[in-house]
Amino acid sequence: MIKISFILNGDRVETWVKEHEMLLDVLRSNFNLQGTREGCGMGECGACTVLVNGAGINSCLFPALEIDGKIVETIESLADKGKFHPLQQAFLDHGASQCGFCTPGMIMSAKAFIDDYPTAPETVTEAEIKQALAGNLCRCTGYFQIIAAVKAAMKEQV
Amino acid sequence: MRKNNFIGKRLAKMDAPEKINGQAAYINDITVPNMLYGKIKRSEHAHAIIKNIDISQASKLPGVKTILTRETNPAPDFRIGFIQDNPPIKHDKVRQFRDEVAAVAATDPEIAAAACALIKVDYEPLPGVFDPIAAAQEDAPLIHEFDFRGNPIKNNTLPVRWQISDGDLEFYRRKSKYIVSGTYKTGWAHHCCLGTAGIIAEFDYQKNLKVQMPTQIPFLVQNDLNKLLNALGLKNKNTRVISPTIGGAFGNKLDTHCYEYIAVILAFMAGRAVKIMFDREEEFIGMAPRQPTIIKMTQGCDENGLLTFREAEAILDNGAYTSWGATVPSVMYVPMTSLYRVPAVDFKATCVYTNNIFSQAFRGYGNPQATFAIESSMDELALKAGIDPLEMRLLNANRANETTPMGLKISSCGLKECIETVKEKLDWDKPRPQNRGVGLACLTHVGGGARIYKSDGHGMILKMDDFGKVSIMTGAVEIGQGSETSIAQTVAEIIGIMPDDITVIRHDTAICPWDVGTHASRQMFLSCKAAILCASEAKAKILEFAATFMEDEIRKQNRKNENFADDLLPLLHDAANLTIDLRRVFLKDYPERTDYAATIDTILRRGHFQGGKSGEMVITHAFYEPDTEMMHPKTSKGNISETYAFATHGVEVEVDPETGKVDIINFVAAHDIGKAINPMIVEGQIYGGVMQGVGYALMEEMLLDKGKILNPDFLDYKIPTTMDTFPLDIAMIETLDPHGPFGAKGIGEVGIIPVAPAIANAIADAVGIRLRDLPFTCEKVLAAVKNKAE
Ligand code: FES
Ligand code: FES
Repeated sequence: MIKISFILNGDRVETWVKEHEMLLDVLRSNFNLQGTREGCGMGECGACTVLVNGAGINSCLFPALEIDGKIVETIESLADKGKFHPLQQAFLDHGASQCGFCTPGMIMSAKAFIDDYPTAPETVTEAEIKQALAGNLCRCTGYFQIIAAVKAAMKEQV
Repeated sequence: MRKNNFIGKRLAKMDAPEKINGQAAYINDITVPNMLYGKIKRSEHAHAIIKNIDISQASKLPGVKTILTRETNPAPDFRIGFIQDNPPIKHDKVRQFRDEVAAVAATDPEIAAAACALIKVDYEPLPGVFDPIAAAQEDAPLIHEFDFRGNPIKNNTLPVRWQISDGDLEFYRRKSKYIVSGTYKTGWAHHCCLGTAGIIAEFDYQKNLKVQMPTQIPFLVQNDLNKLLNALGLKNKNTRVISPTIGGAFGNKLDTHCYEYIAVILAFMAGRAVKIMFDREEEFIGMAPRQPTIIKMTQGCDENGLLTFREAEAILDNGAYTSWGATVPSVMYVPMTSLYRVPAVDFKATCVYTNNIFSQAFRGYGNPQATFAIESSMDELALKAGIDPLEMRLLNANRANETTPMGLKISSCGLKECIETVKEKLDWDKPRPQNRGVGLACLTHVGGGARIYKSDGHGMILKMDDFGKVSIMTGAVEIGQGSETSIAQTVAEIIGIMPDDITVIRHDTAICPWDVGTHASRQMFLSCKAAILCASEAKAKILEFAATFMEDEIRKQNRKNENFADDLLPLLHDAANLTIDLRRVFLKDYPERTDYAATIDTILRRGHFQGGKSGEMVITHAFYEPDTEMMHPKTSKGNISETYAFATHGVEVEVDPETGKVDIINFVAAHDIGKAINPMIVEGQIYGGVMQGVGYALMEEMLLDKGKILNPDFLDYKIPTTMDTFPLDIAMIETLDPHGPFGAKGIGEVGIIPVAPAIANAIADAVGIRLRDLPFTCEKVLAAVKNKAE
């Protein structure tokens, strides 16, 4: 077991991890942050997406050891004192979540995209949104309402 | 009547907040104290005799608590499946690759997996059969030697005959000017729920069972598992089924599966809770997909394009055991007999055992396969008759107030409007550049329940508290489709309160009344029918309280109001004069008289706390059983649903003749939905269904080599991503069905049904090739284009 220390959702934390443990398991077991989902465990579905130093990554393939000293954001960090993040609100308003299993990963991918968007958010195109979410599978919605939600969040609220 | 407050409104789904916030608990997220982890050892052969199972090494592994094999199985004679052909732990033979040979419960999932690897199984391989037509031959290897009664089985054809016919086929065949015939094939398609399957089983000290598992059918699970309890010698014990948040279902949670029984048996043997959790690969391997079919379809029409007859024969690869896949012909009956007006129909289906994987329900339940054949054939017929395929469909469209050859009573029908909408929105007649084309396909499906079981009912309990808040205990299952929200909208609308006032309690057989399950697009329809009954009775009760207590209340409220005119007080004593809206009780004909209004909670408390007299509370319940018929045991006919959904999908594609790639340029989905209780939810169902249909049409196929799944992961089994989206225009046609709640029809499944044939027809229009074999991968399209050129 190796001790690591990092910033998790704004707090400095320390924990012990096994050598080849993945970030997903550490978040879920050591920190009880179960909003990060496991859909495949193989980097193929995006359900486990979290932000590491602002970039969206598949936490199921991200070695926990490499988190040492970095900043990690999960879905649990988005709502501010009970108020939803504009992206979450847009997901609500557009019916972008059905079974919801893909939703946290989808929202985190969208957040990475928005935070990093080089020009004014309202200039976003659908093609850019599709590209940004291409690694996040959803079996329920067909993506249409998800794309609409991200677009709305960028055009109106962020 | 006041306008609707909530019906027809785009309210956010009630289950969404905890999903977008990461708080929803799926089976992955649940543990119970002192729980063990179960793991299944599966067959390495498609067909083999199990010679010997050696668990000596495995049982020595520290942490292993229990090993289940045929030798240790406490319920050796127990079988599951539609014709009870599937023992959860196999004893004599394995018949498919995924067969469960042994299972381990251990303190840690890794130990359980390691123990499974240490179990040694000796097999004597047998010749397998992997093609249903070959399997139906006399000399084919026999998959099952005996049925569940112990009677010998002579061949691989299932002893269930599916047949329906109506009208004089030969007469109409002779009357036909044009006839086309074709054979259409579909393969295995997987549900690919993003949340993988799992279960936690535990016994209490009375030996009652509690299971937590995602399921579409809590009450049928209770029934199934109670049978297992009996087989375990636990007479008169009960199962409590609790479903956590469900990470997608689409039909794959419509049956109970071997792993669920295995978890229960392990928990029984170990005396501790056991959790089995699938990873993605096991989800692909262990869950049953959509049934593959071969359908030979012949249709005819007269010189004007009016359909004369439809004759079809289906062969279904049943795989090694029977789950609901073996019963999908019952739903194929609906489109086969009733899509368009056809005077003579004849449909037969045969299911044949093979050593392939067996299949399950999947959105549409056979209808997508049947509609693929019917609607592809319709275009072939139109081509032959020289009629525009869209005009031909208009000519033959179903109409309201007709009874179809199956005996389906069409109470409302917007099919004609659906076709016309596609015509207009897709600009059907416009000339298109080379390699572009348009195609369309229609559907009909049950939209008001489906009487497959002897009861198609839905139970609901409504209770109001002292604050005017409502709890609904419902048998409905929320698989993300939004039934919970529709129920809340209905109750709020009828009583005159707000959706926020309502808590929906579901997924627990110990609390909620019975419902047959979320299938057949029935949940919203039946739950809302029950909700209307519960809420109307509750409202009547509140108004009865009001008639008794309002005068006193209004006098009290106006004690200090000098301008209060008491002229209307006598009216308050008749409930018929009163109504409720937005949580207030007032005089129907004097809504502006705010001095005559009381809040609903005040009235409820007056009814409850009556001092010396006995108080009353508002608690109502309903069991809504739709007015439908079982299919007749001999003819298969009967009006199985209270109403039927119709739709037309039109699609414009561009085919790249160099690569075979099919691009969707435009898609119009026009649906007769009766009435949208929540248009956002309805659209969500259609969007999602269409996209699954696109996957089915263009990319999805489980590849099997001698029964072994070659692509059990998302890398090799492709489902659509955001990059596969396209402009999709949904048109909702409101026909206000007389039987539907507020006129609504069930639409959960329909989005997927006509997508593949619409695309097939568009490809044919674009490049002149007729594809009869799903999916239309680039390779297949390219080969067909090349073939045509030569
Ligand atoms: S769980 Fe990490 S990509 Fe699927
Ligand atoms: S909402 Fe179910 S997978 Fe996306």
